[in-house]
Order: sequence, then structure tokens, then C-alpha cells
Amino acid sequence: MAQSDFAEAGADLELVGITKRFPGFTAIDELDLLIPAGSFFALLGPSGCGKTTTLRLVAGLEEPTSGRILIGGKDVTGTKSFKRPVNTVFQSYALFPHMSVLENVAFGLRRRGISDAAGKAHEALRLVELDHLAARKPQQLSGGQQQRVALARAVVNRPALLLLDEPLGALDLKLRRQMQLELKSIQSEVGLTFLHVTHDQEEAMTMADTVAVMNKGRIEQMGAPEELYELPKTAFVANFLGQSNLFTGDVTSSEKASIIVDVGGVKIEVPTSRAQRHTGEVTIGVRPEKLMLYTSAPTATPGVNVLGPGRVTDVSFSGVSTQYLVAVPGLGVITVFAQNMEFGPVAHIGEEIWMSWKVEHGFGLADEPGIVPRFSADTDTATIATQRRHQLLAEIEEG
Amino acid sequence: MAFAAIGSNSTQTEQVPRRRSKVAIILLLPGLAYLALFFLTPLVSLVMTSLQTPVEFGDVGQYQAAFQIENYAIVVGAYWPHFLRAFGYALAATFFALVISYPLAYFIGVKARRWPLLQALMLTLVIAPFFISFLLRTLAWKQLMSDDSGLVSALKTLTILPADGHLTGTAFSVIFGLTYNFLPFMTLPIYTTLERLDTRYLEAGADLYASPFTTFWRVTVPLSMPGVVSGTLLTFIPASGDYINASASFLGSAQTQMVGNVIESQFISLLNYPQASALSVLLMGLILLIVALYVKRSGTEDLL
Repeated sequence: MAQSDFAEAGADLELVGITKRFPGFTAIDELDLLIPAGSFFALLGPSGCGKTTTLRLVAGLEEPTSGRILIGGKDVTGTKSFKRPVNTVFQSYALFPHMSVLENVAFGLRRRGISDAAGKAHEALRLVELDHLAARKPQQLSGGQQQRVALARAVVNRPALLLLDEPLGALDLKLRRQMQLELKSIQSEVGLTFLHVTHDQEEAMTMADTVAVMNKGRIEQMGAPEELYELPKTAFVANFLGQSNLFTGDVTSSEKASIIVDVGGVKIEVPTSRAQRHTGEVTIGVRPEKLMLYTSAPTATPGVNVLGPGRVTDVSFSGVSTQYLVAVPGLGVITVFAQNMEFGPVAHIGEEIWMSWKVEHGFGLADEPGIVPRFSADTDTATIATQRRHQLLAEIEEG
Repeated sequence: MAFAAIGSNSTQTEQVPRRRSKVAIILLLPGLAYLALFFLTPLVSLVMTSLQTPVEFGDVGQYQAAFQIENYAIVVGAYWPHFLRAFGYALAATFFALVISYPLAYFIGVKARRWPLLQALMLTLVIAPFFISFLLRTLAWKQLMSDDSGLVSALKTLTILPADGHLTGTAFSVIFGLTYNFLPFMTLPIYTTLERLDTRYLEAGADLYASPFTTFWRVTVPLSMPGVVSGTLLTFIPASGDYINASASFLGSAQTQMVGNVIESQFISLLNYPQASALSVLLMGLILLIVALYVKRSGTEDLL
């Protein structure tokens, strides 16, 4: 590998059957993934889903139990971390405290013997608008500035693949928005392949071309952000990426255009093309913002599902929209987001209301019936490992 | 631990006291009184003694107050080789102690992190020799390295040591003794800095194309410099004034006398108090000078 050359463009990243086991727990299970060159790819999932482990495997900081990692078509599974054409922006930034900002940024260039390391480092610092602080020590910078130095330190090497490990986690909301835009513009400017790991669904959706939702060491669903949001295929994706109203019931009739599902006596129509399963017990859903609220029963129209009457149990105002929780007998609590087109809420707690949505907004999930579509708790990797170990110990004792 | 504090806590001394408080002065009083009584008074007395002159027609060991600055010229002329030897041996011992301690401290502080029990055990082993008297341990080494010991006969059989060679009474045994005796003073400060070393910096180094060796050199070593500086000071200062290891009753001989041995014999056997005092003052001044230059050179103040 010509280490002294800058990558001209991003490289493909391919993971083939990657498995990573830690004692008592499998972090990644038979993962296959292809990230095309030049794309901004986000791995999204709750803590402990294996996304950071995936990133560390690609960086070479962990070794896979089995499987292969290819960067630009070249197998790097056995390549040491410092020989991989990959740079990481660490969650903790990991800026060297004994070096100035400039030395930190020039570190990778110097190691590869690139000429004019200081000049290129200054250039990278200008890109993140921190060149005026080049002589400072990292501890003298704010969290946001340190994050930008960490970014410059990685980007300056023009790696074929840039790994971002929740780099915006420590920033406040406003700075995070600003950094998201900056990252996105750097990515399109330098044309590198970005692999971004995050648990922030909004961040993943605003920044990435492709989002892969990870859960329990597997990729649940992968696609463009709009596609994932509008047509989630599993309950996990439906609930992790935004919110969803999910209903489970039996399919009563299946036609070419749509299927009808009987949910607690209410017939709900879902387009056949947007449903993963067409027979038996299925789970279907609709996004809360797709629902319309009525204070009197709307007239039945073809192509519209109507629910109600239900009773408003909670109203919370959030500026742009208002969230209503509506209890419907037989269906449970339904969430509705309504744009605040009027001053104040249109319905109050205790009022009786009806809801409707267009049939084409519904979706049907692929989950097996019987599996409770619950979004798993947001626990960290260590906790999960401990839980698994307790489970294993319990099993051993029983056996 | 206090070991890492020496030579590296400049950030604390730079802080300006906000307000002179009477309580602080009262609390400081016992310490100040102690220093005045047991440090300042002997120091002044030592400097005064170093300028004394013998009482004319007096007994051996009788001196009177004077301002005989020649005492200094006399001791420098007579004992400069002992000064050289003291600093040379101390430097060698510091070097070997560093070479032995760094990997040891690295293992205990970084590699053994996953096994806290092993870490505690190894730290205890580093400190364990302190449970036995310094003199006894040095005497034990004299036994081990004596001419009729197994070690010496083995070395002679292997012809590493000539047939008429000795281990004790040589520069080797003195430096060996100094290294051995001051090893914990080197290991512990380095351990305290390495124990706090954030291994994520090492991952960042590997991520930025630095081989494990380069990462060690560019990241680990600079970050552990405060420990290395305090360790070398804690070894070098006492080693250069040491008079046990180099004495003929322990590991040394007449050819390995360090300045500490000269001071001891001048004070205790020859009762030449002015010369002994002059030597002491000179030794103290030289150590201060060397340490000041070293701390300035190593630039540890911007590491913290």
C-alpha cells in the first residue's frame, strides 16, 4: 500500500460474514455490509447494538472472531491498525494532551512522511475554522473546538474511509446542528467515504445518504433515510426511527391493491405493496404525523382509514406541533402529531375525537406474529454483557 | 501518590493566594518552626563550620570560628575525583534503574490493569524490600558477590571474570548496589503516571499510522515524563550522596570511594570538621545546580 499517497477518492468498504464474540456475548452476528465509495453511511442503533464494535473492527482496533473486511477491494482483515487507510474521529476525541493543536493535526502526516505536514495541517485547521488556535494545547479548547480538531486530525490524512464514532455526542444541540452541516459539506468537498456511527436518529437521517439500523448485532433495515422512515419493515425500525402507531390483527381479505386487517373489530386497509406479510396475523402501522384529527365523525371515504371515537388522554405542546395521546377502545393508545396551524390545541383532555389517515400512508411489518413489538431498552454494552452472562449462568445451573 | 508530585506540580505553585489569612499562618507555624530548628540552623552551622580554622597548638578536632575560604580550595584539589565518581556512579545507577523500572512500571500500570490482584501483588513486591533494613540488604548482596560465592566461581568458570577477579570492591558492585537500593524510588513515580495513561491515546496513535514503537516513543513516553523526572530525581539525589554502597565494609573498596565516604571519614574518623563541612556544602550546591538544570531542560512544567 502506498501509504505516502493521499487517497484520490473514497474506497468501498465491504464486510463479509463478520462475527465478533466477547466472552459470554456476541456483539456482531454474521454481518454483511457493502458501503459504496464516496457515500455517507450511518450505522444507527441503540447502545450495545454492536455499531461501535463494527467501527473498531474496521479501524483495526478489534479483531473479528470470523469474517473478512475489505477496503477498496483489498482484504485488510489481518492488517494492523496503523497500516489501514482509515482514520477515526473518536467519541472521546483522544487528542494528544502533550502536543499543540497543530502537532496533533500533523501527527498522521508526519508518520507517513508527507512533505509540508505543517502546511497541510494549517489547511485542515482552516477548513474547520480553527487555524487561529493552532498553537494552543487541546485542553485549552472548548468541547466543540476539540471535536473540530479531532475531525481535522482525521480528515487531513485524506483516508479512503473516515470513521466517525458518535463524534457529536458531547456537543449541545445548536453546535451539533452546525457540526452536522460542516461534516456534510466536508464530505461532499473531499469526496471521502464516511462511516458514521450514532444513536441519534435525527443526526443519521439529516447527514447520511444511506442509513443502516442495527439491533442486537444485526442490520435490521438499510436504505435512504426517507425510505426507512416512510416504509419501516420491522417494529424495531418503526419505533427507533421516529415513532409509530402499531396495530396487530388478522388479515381478513387480501387483494391486489390492498389488504384489510381486523384490529380489535376495526377494519384497517394497508397497501399490499407496502406490507411485508399478506396472510395470518400481521402488525401494521402508521406514523403519528400522518393522522388527521376530527371533533365529529368524518364521513367514510374510500382510500381513507378512520379510527374512533377515542378520548384524548394527554396533550403536549412542542412549538411546531402538538402531540395528542388518544385512547381508543380495543386499540390502545394512539399518538397523533398535529401541526400547530391554529393558536393553541384543537382538542382538549377528555374530548372525544376521531382520526383518519390515507391508506397509502400505512405500512405492514415483517415481524413474526407473537413477537411483542417492543423497542429494547437503551442500555450500554457492559450492562448487556452482564445480563447475558447472568442468563448463561442461570442456564448452566438449570442444565 | 506523592512521588509524582516532585518537579511537576508547577501549576499549583503558580496559584496566587487569594488572601492572607491568620489561620493559614498559624497552621504553617509548626512546620516553619521545625524547618528553622532542624534545617536552617544546622545549615547555617554547617556553612560556618566549613570556614573554621584549627586552634593553634590545640587538640585534634579543636577548631575556632574564622573565614578560611581556602578550605574549599583544599577539598576540591584533594577530592575532585571523589566528586566525579559520586556523580558518575549516581548517573549510571539512575540510568540502569530507569531501564529496569520503566518496563516494570509499564507492565504493572498498563498491561496488568485487567488483573487488579496481580497489579496489587506486583506493587507490594516492589515495596517489599523496604521491610528489611537497607544495611542488611546491602550486606546480603556483599555475601552473594563475595569471592567464595557461587556466583563468582560460576563467572570464573565461564571465564567472564578473570581467575583473580572480584565482584565486590569494584565500580560494578557499587553501581549495582545503588541501582538495587534505589529501584523502588524510580519504579513508583513512573508507575503512578503510567497507571493514569489513557490507552485511547494509544489507539489514536495506531489510527494515525504510528507503529506501536512510534506510538510508545511519541505518545506514551512524553505522557509519562513527569514520573520519569521525579523518579530520576528521587534516585539521583540520594545516590550521589550515598556512602553505604561504596564503603569498603559493604560493596566498595578504597578505589570506589564516593564523596559521601570522604565526608563520613572526615567527620567521624579524622575529626576534620571544616573540611567535612566544606565537602557537604559543595555536594549540596552541585546537586542543586544539576537538578535545576535537569528540571529546566526536561521542561516538565507544560506536561500537566
